[in-house]
Amino acid sequence: MRTRKSAFTFMTALLILAIVAAGCTPKNEIGNKGSSNANGETSQAKVFRMNIHSEPSTLDPALMEDNVSGTLATGIYEGLTRKDENGQSVAATAESWVKSDDGLTYTFKIRKDAKWSNGDPVTANDFEYSWKRALAPDTGSTYAYQFYYIVGAQDYNESKVANADGVGIKALDEQTLEVKLVSPTPYFLSLTSFYVYNPVHQSVKDNAAWAADAKTIIGNGPFKMSEWQHNTSIKLVPNEYYYDKDQVKFAGVNFTMLEESATELANYETGKLDYTGKPTGEIPAEQIPVLKESKKDEIVTKGIASSYYYQFNTNEVPFNNVKVRKALAMAIDRQAIVESVTMAGEVPSFGFVPPGIIGEKEDYRTEVKDDFFTENVDEAKKLLAEGLAELKLTKFPKVTLTFNTSDGHKKIAEAIVEMWRQNLGIEVGIENQEFSVLLKNRTAMNYQISRAGWGADYNDPMTYLDMFVTNGGQNNTGFASAEYDALIKKANASGDQKERVEAMTKAEKILMDYMPIMPIYYYSNVYMLKPGFKNIFLDYKGDIDYTRGYYEAE
Amino acid sequence: MVKYILKKFLSMFVSLFVLASATFFLMKIIPGDPFLKEKAIPEKIKEHLFAMYGLDQPVWKQYLMYLNNLLHGDLGMSMKQQYMSVGRIIKDSFIYSAQIGLFAVIVSLAAGLILGIIAALNHRKWLDSVTIIIAVLGVSIPNFLAASILQYVLGSKLQWLNVSGLNDPTDFIMPVLALSFLPAAFIARLTRSTMLEVLSADYIKTARAKGLSGRIILVRHALRNAILPVVTYIGPMTANIITGSVVVEQIFGIGGIGKYFVQSITNRDYTLIMGLTLFYGIILMAARFVTDVAYGFVDPRIKLTRGGGKG
Amino acid sequence: MKDQSFTPDQFTKLGNDKKSSEPVVRESISAWKDAWQRLSSNKIAMLSLIILLLVSLMAIIGPHISGQDFQTNHLKEKNLSPSGTYWFGTDDLGRDLFSRTWMGAGISLQVGLYAALADLALGVIIGGIMGYFGGRVDEILNRFCEILYSIPSMLIIILLIVIMSPSMFTIVLALSITGWISMAWIVRGQIIQLKNQEYVMAAQALGANTARILFRHLIPNAMGPIIVTLTLTVPSAIFAEAFLSFLGLGVQSPAASLGTMINDAIKAWTLYPWRMIFPAAVISITMLCFNIFGDGLRDALDPKMKK
Repeated sequence: MRTRKSAFTFMTALLILAIVAAGCTPKNEIGNKGSSNANGETSQAKVFRMNIHSEPSTLDPALMEDNVSGTLATGIYEGLTRKDENGQSVAATAESWVKSDDGLTYTFKIRKDAKWSNGDPVTANDFEYSWKRALAPDTGSTYAYQFYYIVGAQDYNESKVANADGVGIKALDEQTLEVKLVSPTPYFLSLTSFYVYNPVHQSVKDNAAWAADAKTIIGNGPFKMSEWQHNTSIKLVPNEYYYDKDQVKFAGVNFTMLEESATELANYETGKLDYTGKPTGEIPAEQIPVLKESKKDEIVTKGIASSYYYQFNTNEVPFNNVKVRKALAMAIDRQAIVESVTMAGEVPSFGFVPPGIIGEKEDYRTEVKDDFFTENVDEAKKLLAEGLAELKLTKFPKVTLTFNTSDGHKKIAEAIVEMWRQNLGIEVGIENQEFSVLLKNRTAMNYQISRAGWGADYNDPMTYLDMFVTNGGQNNTGFASAEYDALIKKANASGDQKERVEAMTKAEKILMDYMPIMPIYYYSNVYMLKPGFKNIFLDYKGDIDYTRGYYEAE
Repeated sequence: MVKYILKKFLSMFVSLFVLASATFFLMKIIPGDPFLKEKAIPEKIKEHLFAMYGLDQPVWKQYLMYLNNLLHGDLGMSMKQQYMSVGRIIKDSFIYSAQIGLFAVIVSLAAGLILGIIAALNHRKWLDSVTIIIAVLGVSIPNFLAASILQYVLGSKLQWLNVSGLNDPTDFIMPVLALSFLPAAFIARLTRSTMLEVLSADYIKTARAKGLSGRIILVRHALRNAILPVVTYIGPMTANIITGSVVVEQIFGIGGIGKYFVQSITNRDYTLIMGLTLFYGIILMAARFVTDVAYGFVDPRIKLTRGGGKG
Repeated sequence: MKDQSFTPDQFTKLGNDKKSSEPVVRESISAWKDAWQRLSSNKIAMLSLIILLLVSLMAIIGPHISGQDFQTNHLKEKNLSPSGTYWFGTDDLGRDLFSRTWMGAGISLQVGLYAALADLALGVIIGGIMGYFGGRVDEILNRFCEILYSIPSMLIIILLIVIMSPSMFTIVLALSITGWISMAWIVRGQIIQLKNQEYVMAAQALGANTARILFRHLIPNAMGPIIVTLTLTVPSAIFAEAFLSFLGLGVQSPAASLGTMINDAIKAWTLYPWRMIFPAAVISITMLCFNIFGDGLRDALDPKMKK
């Protein structure tokens, strides 16, 4: 018995020893080897480390469609323009541009010292090639419609014409790019910094899979990719050929792909990340109020141009009645939701277009206040009773609120349904659906109330308002108004911003009077940045720009 | 022997074929497609994308196309990760899962056997109760809870280990532990109960009566027989563990294959769903085949030619 | 579930049908009574059974005794620690955790119970057929089981939940679609072992029909391993549901299972530990008791464990 036991003790000890030994020896090795990418106190050029949540689906600008890819594109590529902190377009690969008087032709001057990460010059031809490539039907770009403002682009993309000769994108010489638009599009310049408008090196045509590996990616941005461990991490180092390389201070940017927000926060708190939170990461909502106290100097809340709302199926009883829709919208306490449920500094919304979008001169939302309706439980009860009477209903029918599976959406839905129950005495069921299923159901008008959200594609109220034109691809509410359509058409045809904003203001009013959607809040992004890191900011859409960031010990 | 293996391979092939076909038609039932997004893409672009991926064809045609590609060893390209082949996605991510998985198998086997034997040899003594309580606790806590607590205590609070990643060898400790709890506890209980049964069997009594030393009885007679159910369990267990755990991978930020079993469905990445199903099927069948063979070695009473399988 | 697909009883030793070689010295009592005697002398197992009954009782009455209902939000009183009003504290929407925990326990137990019953029905019927008829029928069904068993169960479960949207019915259906196989194999093994025994032959010789032999003779005698498997299916189904909750595919709100509650609490458990501790304690104790009771039951029903 005794010997037997000691044999097992020995085996156990051996096992533990083996694990510990396996753990210890090579660690020093890694420590030495990796000293350059650890944020050592002595090094002056720091590596910036942030989380991008998951593997980017591609790094080919033409095929990008999510903010993970977009965050990387900001470092690896550079369009004709960039966005500054205020959302204004500033010169980037194009050093200057001229807009014709009718607003239909843009002529961009590409800077002479613009270079690819392999040393080749970036020319106007590269842009012509890249944009037409994004439009080519066989590229399969889902965002190709962002080029439809350009003459001939839609026809080419929809294969109505065989080649790209008719597309209004033309390199007049190495340095000059001419773009012809269908109608004066005041926000066109804002589009040229969008990732789909980024250039790609012409050699990519020889290797279809070029954008899936660090070795084969050629960019023209401030950084280039040095390592891509699929599903795990991406490392960027400065691009030595970048024209503005003196302004690039980081020794590199490291991206991790952590999907669990608690894990991300733990990495930040143990000093493995310099940045945590939106746009690509996430701080657990419930930690935010606590972190706002304990990490005051590191936590930042920034409103972004996105709206969170519920949409009604206005073809179905009882939401075919505007009073019922209004009653539901008026019977919830938005302030309580943003304060107690979402907690990330969101702003209660009583309109559709969020702040951060440029109007006639300044912010559209300051020019046009969102006071289209107010919260009022008594009024809501009255409206509901009237609405149900008009529908000849004795009681509120059984309806279901659907949302895409997520802990955050679930919590909001639970809170709102409970407010309806307490304030209006109605029972609304809730059901989470997987995102694709929800989208499919919404397109098929197979829902009653559905959660939705919308972020800007470009910096103009139109990016929100044009989605509710009659039979628009995104308008799955049954809302149809000839007057609304006319106003949108008018704003689209005009080059005069004052006239446009007036038309769009009227359109938003019609939308809110009819209320096919019930606004809840305007999004905001919360992030934390380690002290000492400077000049890292989110733009109006909430996209991060780290390219000119630097570190300054305090 | 050769005939047996050939027969086994043939039946595995048939099983895989049925498996692939069933999954193919099942996944086509789910509503949605790989290109659905909150911002709907214009109809024309969508039509073109469907044509590019052959999704505009009738399902039976898509099925034949898929089988044809499969015969040429082509699992296809992912529909979500641009220009990444399904084979490569599986290969890249399986490396991580297999690494932590194999460690977890070794740890749980060692810990489970040791605990189980200690418990059995100390039947109805306090050491037995202690090991059994440890073992039952292992199966009583949801693994995402255990992993989170582990991460918080060892990673965030004590800072002995990195909270996530697989960069240092020490980074393996937490995910391996989190993966091992359940199987270790299971093996411990399995070992204990069979050991108890075996130790009270007549032939052990005979061996004792013959005056054989305790260690010889334990190793040559008891352990060898007691390990049989464990062997049956190890095969499928290994297959399950090395094909990744979405929970452990997500919490410890490991780019393993486990999450794809969930993600491929939410993305409607049809080719990846198929690839994963086949991959899992092959691993599981291979594990069962190895188990059958190993069984023959451990238990000479079982002859491979008998047909294997359960019962 | 990929993470917890094995139940111990899959591995009950089969084919070892040595009968006691010693002459019967004890008085003759029925097998069930005998088992009960052995079970009731196992104090830990009995304690587990009592705790399980208590948890079940609380799952029924618990949501109604604190004076707070499980779904009313008190946004001003969220994340409160346990107190006289809220015995287990409140959650992130200010809902009473005491009522929620017991309601959740009820839902979790129901998931476990229904899954176990579904496994029982399918497993006993198909396993019984396989074992009794043998030959070709056995071979075909066995092949079918093997294929079904080779499908990554998580894939199937998620596919089903996505197609049908999550509800208790879908979750139970999804869990049972692969869950019954191990039960079927165990029943099959038992039946094969039993059907060659003398009393079955005797029944056959007396002209009893198939159904009678199957349901009167074979299945009752195979009941031991079946019951043990059941006590272990319940916890594994509860776990599987908790795992689905982790993926956001658990039961639909306003209902909540222990799994969804733990998942809701886990992001902030260092701040509001009580939100996790109570549901986690209930689920762990339930698991613990089911496992210990299952072990005790196995010992009690196994004639070889007689002293």
